[in-house]
Amino acid sequence: MIRAENIYKSFGETKVLKGITTTFEQGKTNVIIGKSGAGKTVLLKLLVGLFKPTSGNIWYNDTNFNNLNKKELRALRMEVGMLFQGNALFDSLTVEQNVKFPLDMFTKLTKKEKLERVNYCLERVTLAGSNNKYPSEISGGMQKRVGIARSIVLKPKYLFCDEPNSGLDPKTSIIIDKLIKDITVENNITTVINTHDMNSVMEIGDTIVLLNLGLVAWQGTKEEVLESTNETLQDFIFASPFLQKLRKSAISS
Amino acid sequence: MNLNILFHFGRYLTLMKTAFSRPEKFSMYWKETMRQMNDIGIGSLVIVGLIAIFIGAVTAVQFSDQLSGGLIPRYYIGYIVRDITIIELAPTITCLVLAGKVGSNMASELGGMRQKEHIDAMELMGVNTAAYLILPKLIAAVVIIPLLVSLAAIISIVGGYIAAVPFGQLTDPEYVRGVRSFFVANYVFMMYVKAMVFAFILTSVSCYQGYYVTGGSIELGEASTQAVVYSDILILVADLVVAVLLTG
Repeated sequence: MIRAENIYKSFGETKVLKGITTTFEQGKTNVIIGKSGAGKTVLLKLLVGLFKPTSGNIWYNDTNFNNLNKKELRALRMEVGMLFQGNALFDSLTVEQNVKFPLDMFTKLTKKEKLERVNYCLERVTLAGSNNKYPSEISGGMQKRVGIARSIVLKPKYLFCDEPNSGLDPKTSIIIDKLIKDITVENNITTVINTHDMNSVMEIGDTIVLLNLGLVAWQGTKEEVLESTNETLQDFIFASPFLQKLRKSAISS
Repeated sequence: MNLNILFHFGRYLTLMKTAFSRPEKFSMYWKETMRQMNDIGIGSLVIVGLIAIFIGAVTAVQFSDQLSGGLIPRYYIGYIVRDITIIELAPTITCLVLAGKVGSNMASELGGMRQKEHIDAMELMGVNTAAYLILPKLIAAVVIIPLLVSLAAIISIVGGYIAAVPFGQLTDPEYVRGVRSFFVANYVFMMYVKAMVFAFILTSVSCYQGYYVTGGSIELGEASTQAVVYSDILILVADLVVAVLLTG
């Protein structure tokens, strides 16, 4: 479980987050949604420690993330996996070397054990046999899956995904969503996804947090989304004129 | 302006302190250091050799013209080419060129990694990115660049021979006698000190510029340019400082 408590974050004079309090539950896919510029990525980067909050606390179970020294922070980060929006795969390394990198850096496993773990992760993301390809030689969807494989190779307790479906076609998006959901349930990890893809939200979002203008505008489950009368939420979901029409006709009928 | 310089100087020192931390895994750092040695050393051989041969050739031709009056013995040309190469031209020109080739490459590589979130990804894994990405480059540069400078010095002396002897400006025995005359071993020591200091400067300054890149491709280009400009300026300042310290 991860808890953000009254988080404020400013960049110079610009206040991006203005008091965010929310909880991300273990074994569930927790989704952060919101318009561009709402502060989703900043919140995600605060949660993983790439930014420091101006004020407020982030708790990983009973551990206050802000009070950790460098050694404790490194130890905690070994329990964190992250899928970046642009995948962040190392261009000069093959798929296998990319996935193996955290094992090489932090474990004392034998070559055989590492290879077994890498192959297991690649099979898990249906990329078996792609070991020797370079990131530039595979598609965007495959790169995402390599990113997922790398993020789970150290068996993390927390998984963060920044816009996992960006740049992907709808079918591949569904595959990636399902993969993230399955991994979350199988390993009982806390997954936090930052997205503005409503298909993805309704497909895999167990808990949903809507950010607007640096504040939590709404939070609940996906079952509660359609029943909610929260205007910000409705505006966000039914943003396109087509969906607005559809919504009006549904209400009138 | 002054505060800005202080800010960068402070941040540079902090980065260097972090870069010289204990490696998470020695074998990974060793592998990366070897890769960097190959990139810096093998990758720069041709350009260093080419520049060195012309430095020697031009020095020999120019001095043979200036010393053509007969007052100074001809074999002094070989002696001048050797000493001017060892003391100044080989370390300084080689490192100024390497600041352009290797330094800008390092700044672009790190800047690109920053922009493509590679550095964030490594940080999140728990890697000390300043150490893993900078320390191997520093070690590789401080080991390999003095070797490149040695090679440049030798090629430069050969370049002087090629330009002067076949064209009749002095004879083979004269040139060889000059190269073997008045040898001061301390000058070779000075060459290595300069090479190591310059290697550290060009690597650390370039890595600093690349590591803190923000924004997009324009900022990346600026960082790469600044890496070369600041490295060159600091190399020239350090050249004077080392010269004063070691000849005083």
